[in-house]
Amino acid sequence: MCLSIPGKIIKIDGQRATADFNGIKKEINVSLIDANSGDYVMVHAGFAIEKVDLKQAENINNLFGNEK
Amino acid sequence: MKSEISKIIGDISRKAAIIGRPLRFMDLCGTHSQSIAENGLKDLMPANIRFASGPGCPVCVTDQSDIDAIVGLALQGIPVAVYGDALNVAGNFMSLDQARQKGADVSAVYDTRDAFEIKKQKPNLVFFGIGFETTAPMTAWSVKNGLTVYSAHKLFPPAMEVLLKNKNIKVDGFINPGHVSAIIGAKVYEKFKIPQVIAGFDGLDILKAVNMLLNQILKKEKKVENEYSRVVKKGGNPRARKIIGDVFEIASARWRGLGVIGGSGLKIRKKYQKCDAEFIYKDLIKKIKKNIKPKASACRCGLVLQGLEEPVNCPLFGKTCTPETPSGACMISPEGGCSIEYRYNFIARLKNQNAGQ
Repeated sequence: MCLSIPGKIIKIDGQRATADFNGIKKEINVSLIDANSGDYVMVHAGFAIEKVDLKQAENINNLFGNEK
Repeated sequence: MKSEISKIIGDISRKAAIIGRPLRFMDLCGTHSQSIAENGLKDLMPANIRFASGPGCPVCVTDQSDIDAIVGLALQGIPVAVYGDALNVAGNFMSLDQARQKGADVSAVYDTRDAFEIKKQKPNLVFFGIGFETTAPMTAWSVKNGLTVYSAHKLFPPAMEVLLKNKNIKVDGFINPGHVSAIIGAKVYEKFKIPQVIAGFDGLDILKAVNMLLNQILKKEKKVENEYSRVVKKGGNPRARKIIGDVFEIASARWRGLGVIGGSGLKIRKKYQKCDAEFIYKDLIKKIKKNIKPKASACRCGLVLQGLEEPVNCPLFGKTCTPETPSGACMISPEGGCSIEYRYNFIARLKNQNAGQ
């Protein structure tokens, strides 16, 4: 249930933002983090819970499957 | 990358051989259990390393009495919204999905924004809030913004404490939850004197975590390490914790299988009681709870949740209890230990047996 999906923020409007999930754009809530346009974030139940450190993420990069 | 996997598996085998004794590592997150099964990691481990699943599926640990209360409200005509995961989990009477079949107004939502949309048409909507620290901030934000909530939210570290105090539970290391840790950070776990690694959810993450646990055992260390540093910060997410603290106070809570655990529940604070379904409907809920007659069942969900029983040893498993006809929460939730065992291992074994005949 604690599944989170990584997405890229493409637009921010206050607490709301639009994020790109592998081509699917969805509105998310960014009030729990300091987010900027272009950031990669983990999104759980419609809220960004943390930014993703891209350099470290490259080491994993969907080796077995998708990021959970 | 493939060679990196081979190298880590080689490392794990070598270290496990040096340690020699049987080792049992417990994951504490349903999504980890799922990843271990999906990636076939049990088969990649040397003979003396075994995985066990702990009480890390929030749907599975939601107590029957909380399901009974929300089902009771729904049957009284109060519209209810819930994350889809919890729709089929039965209490002592029935699940929310069964209540819906009896005419109750129950909606499955992906996030609380969907619940706010429904609330526009149905102002008395109650959102059934379940989940650990990962999900509690979303509910807290929603309460602050006027959503009525029945809170069955739980805090995870108190459950780890219960597991460690139970001398019957043999565990050599914990694979700590990834996204719970994104909120609570790494420091909270330091009080638990056992090797622990916070892990991500890819197969390689879990292999790395196992390798790190073995290093700790070899060096006789008992500390908290963070394999999932690309997401989890040492201090967690203070802003998420603040909103949880603003809206909720810590109370004792009843867990399915584990009983009442002090300081493990999140109750809505008095200043938000106009959004607290337990306050608004307290007389009705009292009446519902008075009529609860716990159902006797041979289901061993409670023991499975603590890693004290293997799903296959339950007398119901694979016979009357399957993902299509589940008896307990561990078979209902796709992240439950029994459902995972059934879908990934049990069926495969049956096929092999039949092929061998």
